[in-house]
Amino acid sequence: MDLLRTPFFEHHKAAGGRLIDFGGWELPVQYSGIMAEHKQVRSSVGLFDVSHMGEVFLRGPGALAAIRHLVTNAIDVPNGHAQYTAMCHPNGGIVDDLIVYRLADDEILVCVNAANRAKDFEWIRQNNPEGSVAVVNESDDWAQIAVQGRDAEAVLNSISSVDLSAVPSFGVVRGSVAGLDGCILARTGYTGEDGFEVFLPVDGAADVWPAVVHAGADFNIMPIGLGARDTLRLEAKLMLYGNDINDETTPLEAGLGWITKLDKADFIGKDALVRQKAEGLRRRLVCMVVEKRIARPHCPIMVDGEVVGEVTSGTKSPTLEANIALGYVPRRLARPGSRLQIDIRGRLAEAEVVKSPFYKRPY
Amino acid sequence: MSYPADLKYTQTHEWLRTDGAVVTVGVTWFAQDSMGDVVHVELPEVGDAVSAGEPACEIESVKAVSDVYSPATGTIVEVNQALEDAPEDVNSAPYGDGWLFRVAVGSTVVLADLLDADAYETHCAG
Repeated sequence: MDLLRTPFFEHHKAAGGRLIDFGGWELPVQYSGIMAEHKQVRSSVGLFDVSHMGEVFLRGPGALAAIRHLVTNAIDVPNGHAQYTAMCHPNGGIVDDLIVYRLADDEILVCVNAANRAKDFEWIRQNNPEGSVAVVNESDDWAQIAVQGRDAEAVLNSISSVDLSAVPSFGVVRGSVAGLDGCILARTGYTGEDGFEVFLPVDGAADVWPAVVHAGADFNIMPIGLGARDTLRLEAKLMLYGNDINDETTPLEAGLGWITKLDKADFIGKDALVRQKAEGLRRRLVCMVVEKRIARPHCPIMVDGEVVGEVTSGTKSPTLEANIALGYVPRRLARPGSRLQIDIRGRLAEAEVVKSPFYKRPY
Repeated sequence: MSYPADLKYTQTHEWLRTDGAVVTVGVTWFAQDSMGDVVHVELPEVGDAVSAGEPACEIESVKAVSDVYSPATGTIVEVNQALEDAPEDVNSAPYGDGWLFRVAVGSTVVLADLLDADAYETHCAG
C-alpha cells in the first residue's frame, strides 16, 4: 500500500528529513538530529508537521451536549477555548485522548490521534444521542502544523491575521496564516512548551511551511521530526495513545484524574470510573529515572525478582540528561523515591520513581 | 559519508582494522547515521568469547537499540571505556574515538565475506 503524504512532503525531502512509515504516513523521524531538534524547541521554537492527526467536527444545536456525553472533561470553557480530555468505553478504558475545541455552541472540533481516526469517528457517530448533530470526519480536508517553543508567538504573529498575544493558553481563533484564509489557530501543543497548533485547509497549505520557516529565521527555527516530538512530549509526561494509555487503561490509572470530572452529569464510562475511584486504584502510571540504559515499551518492571508492572514509554531525556520512562506499577510503589528494577532485554537496570512530570517549562 | 580504504567492512555495517592477531571493531558512518544520536553503548567485557556473526555489543540511540556483530571469532582483549562517558563519539568519530572493542583471534585472521570500501559503499547504496 502506498504511504500517505502530507502537503509538506516535498519540504521534508528538501530539508533532508529522514522519512519513515509512521502508521501508514510517510513522515520525517528527524532532520538534523533528535537531540539538536529537541533543544531548539526547548530553547526557542520549532516547526512540526502534524497533518496526520485527525479532525472530526460535530455541528448542530446538540453539538455541545453530544461532546459532553462522550468525554471525561466538563467542556465548560467558553466558546473560543479548548480542553484536553479523554473519551472512554463504558468500562472506563480509554478510546482515545483528544483536544476538544469549542468553536461555538453548535460547532465543536475534536483533534484525535492519527492511528485512531477511523475508530474515533465511528465511536463518536455511534454514541451521538442527538439526532440534530452532524458528525463529519474532515481529516482529509485539513493539514496541521505545530509551532512550539517560547518564541512561537513571535514567529506566528508576524504572518497571522489575528493578534496571537491576545490568545490565552488553550484559546482558539480563526484567521489567515501566510495569506491562507480559513485557518484555525489554537494555543495548544504536545511538547510542554508554549506554542500553537494550526489547522490549515489542505488546499494551499503547502506554501505555509516555507512562510513559517522564513518568519522564524531570526530564531533559527528548524523543522522538527517525530523523534524529537516523542522526547519532548515524554519529558512533559504527555500521553502517547497506544503506549501509555489504551482501551485497557483508565484515565484515573494514567494520572488523568484532572481531566476526569466525576461530578459532572452523565458521560460514557462515568459509572465505572466512579466505582474504580471508590474501590481505590490498583496501579498507577509513574515517572521513572533509569540507570545507564533506556527502558523501552513492554520492559517488565520488577521488585525483589517479581514482575510488578510494565514500561509504556522510555527515552533519553535531552533536558535532564538521564534515561526516563513511564510505566504502570502497583499503587504502593507509585510514590516518588520507590526503588524498582527494569528488565531490559534480560538484564536488570536500577530505576527510581520520581515526581511527575520530568519537565515543566520555566516561564 | 566516508569509508576509509584501509578498513574492511561487513554487510551488517561494522568496520574492522586488522593488526596482526588483533582486530579492532567499530560501526560505519552509514550505521551511526542510521541510528541517530547514540546515548549508550553496552560494551562486552574483556575476556568475553565472541563468535563471528554473533552479537557482541549493543548500541543504543534515542530511536532504537542495535546489535553490533563481531566480525571475528576470538576473545575480547580491550573495550573502549571512554564511550561510557562519551557515547556520542560513535556519531562524531565512528572510525576514530568511536571504536568499540578489540578481539584477539587465535591465528592469522581469515574472515570470510568481508567487503572493501568500494564494495561496502555499493552495498549501502543498494
